[in-house]
Amino acid sequence: MAKKVKFLQGNEACVEGALMAGMTFYSGYPITPSTEIAELSAERLPRIGGKFIQMEDEIAGIAAAIGASLTGAKAMTATSGPGFSLKQENIGYAALTEIPVVIVNVQRGGPSTGLPTAPGQGDLMQAMWGTHGDHPVICLTPDSVRETFDLTIRAFNLAEKYRTPVILLTDEITGHMREKIEIPDASEVEIYNRIKPEPGSDYKAYKVVDGDIVPKMADFGSGFRYHVTGLMHDETGFPSNSTKNAGILMDRLMAKITDNLDDIITFEEIETADADYLIVAYGGTARTAKAAVKKLRAEGIKVGLFRPITVWPFPEAALYKLSEQVKDIIVAELNYGQMKLEVERVVKNNAPVRFCGKANGEVLTPEELIQKFKEVL
Amino acid sequence: MSKQLELRLSGSGGQGLITAGIILAEAALKDDKNAIQTQSYGPEARGGASKAEVIISEDSIDFPKVTLPNMTLALTQIASDKYIKDISVDGTVIVDESITLPETLKAKHIYRVPIIKTAINEVGKEIVANIVALGLIVGLTGIVTEGSLEAAIMARIPKGTEDLNRLALQKGYELAKTLQK
Repeated sequence: MAKKVKFLQGNEACVEGALMAGMTFYSGYPITPSTEIAELSAERLPRIGGKFIQMEDEIAGIAAAIGASLTGAKAMTATSGPGFSLKQENIGYAALTEIPVVIVNVQRGGPSTGLPTAPGQGDLMQAMWGTHGDHPVICLTPDSVRETFDLTIRAFNLAEKYRTPVILLTDEITGHMREKIEIPDASEVEIYNRIKPEPGSDYKAYKVVDGDIVPKMADFGSGFRYHVTGLMHDETGFPSNSTKNAGILMDRLMAKITDNLDDIITFEEIETADADYLIVAYGGTARTAKAAVKKLRAEGIKVGLFRPITVWPFPEAALYKLSEQVKDIIVAELNYGQMKLEVERVVKNNAPVRFCGKANGEVLTPEELIQKFKEVL
Repeated sequence: MSKQLELRLSGSGGQGLITAGIILAEAALKDDKNAIQTQSYGPEARGGASKAEVIISEDSIDFPKVTLPNMTLALTQIASDKYIKDISVDGTVIVDESITLPETLKAKHIYRVPIIKTAINEVGKEIVANIVALGLIVGLTGIVTEGSLEAAIMARIPKGTEDLNRLALQKGYELAKTLQK
């Protein structure tokens, strides 16, 4: 059988992955460096009977996707920093109302409109804390074109399984580079679809039954009538001011993530088995780190790479274990040390945590990382 | 570290250099090698100096950006001024004959070739200068096989332009041959 080998940009691979995951709806507002995702979705969705809508702004872009998901569609929107800021309110809405939606943020240099065509990784903390109030967050970060494809599928699967918005946090590096990608046959790809109530069954829209992780989700318009609100609500979906009820709902929302960390968290370790030193990097910058690890290993330095693929929830247990083994840790990222803070929190005082980063729109080169590594370690 | 080839194609926006970069990378894939292509974006890519970069390797490629090219092509003076100085000592510089190179430029091979004039006079369309350049590059360096290059070109060009592009490719190869004599 002929292999389906393509040469694609990360942004294009994202759309291929979304379509394989079953995306039938895309709404958004094009923004560099994510525009190819909107462009290709506009080209492809109408051909499979799906819908593409260019909305009037970024807020409407996510709002329409949430609405579409409520009717049973698998929906996605894509953006970059400035648009990600505008989408925050609705990310919180989707989290509390438990509506699956995939939000892609192809990070550029920021803050504000910043550097539209240059890479950055300054939205890591925003992905976790951007919307107000405690809420469940799943955020995935690819470092290659193929992984962008895989993680887009995974983002849809996790959104459906846990009924929550999932953020695919990429960057201009992986979004715009073209790489070889072998597209797997649909039969080889695992797809998860939300559980729906049986027609005619007694249905409470926000009640977990049958040992499920989340409430079954009825398509709006399918005959089940229920209420959806960003206010705290009871099992019927109608608003409730009861603090007891609010506590139960919040606990359930948070626990659906924290009780399933093993299912949600993935990471990559390279050359860590005998490592004395550890580089932590993610997304496009992990490519820099992989090249640096090879060069340093060639010099006989025992260094390894820990790459969070799921960045939220953060892979605490695996990193903590490594921190008991290594003498020193250096975190490389395109910001002023956002993941460094998280690494420090997790490893406590097991190892000093150093930092190598920049936020001027340039990528970090392997040479710069090696130089910094040698300076501080 | 395994040997990997880093290539930079530069000119002005609209000369088809990003397409040329994609074609080179796709030809490398057809040769069962790995390839990554990146490009400059934004205002600098419109009219000013635009560049496409390609890395070709037998192994997996970690860092996706070109740091020191083994081969640089420039089709305009502005692009040459901006990008030509970065070249490895054993590298190859190929520029259009209209370009003046700095006297200090050091590379193993430096070629000034009538790429654009060949496209206009011998193929009949300036727009295929990128394909002439691809024939020239591959004729001089053999970084991809000729069969893969032609197949990659045919897969990327608009329908109905096959003969035009095949002629452009041929003229590129012929330019390479005259230089190697």
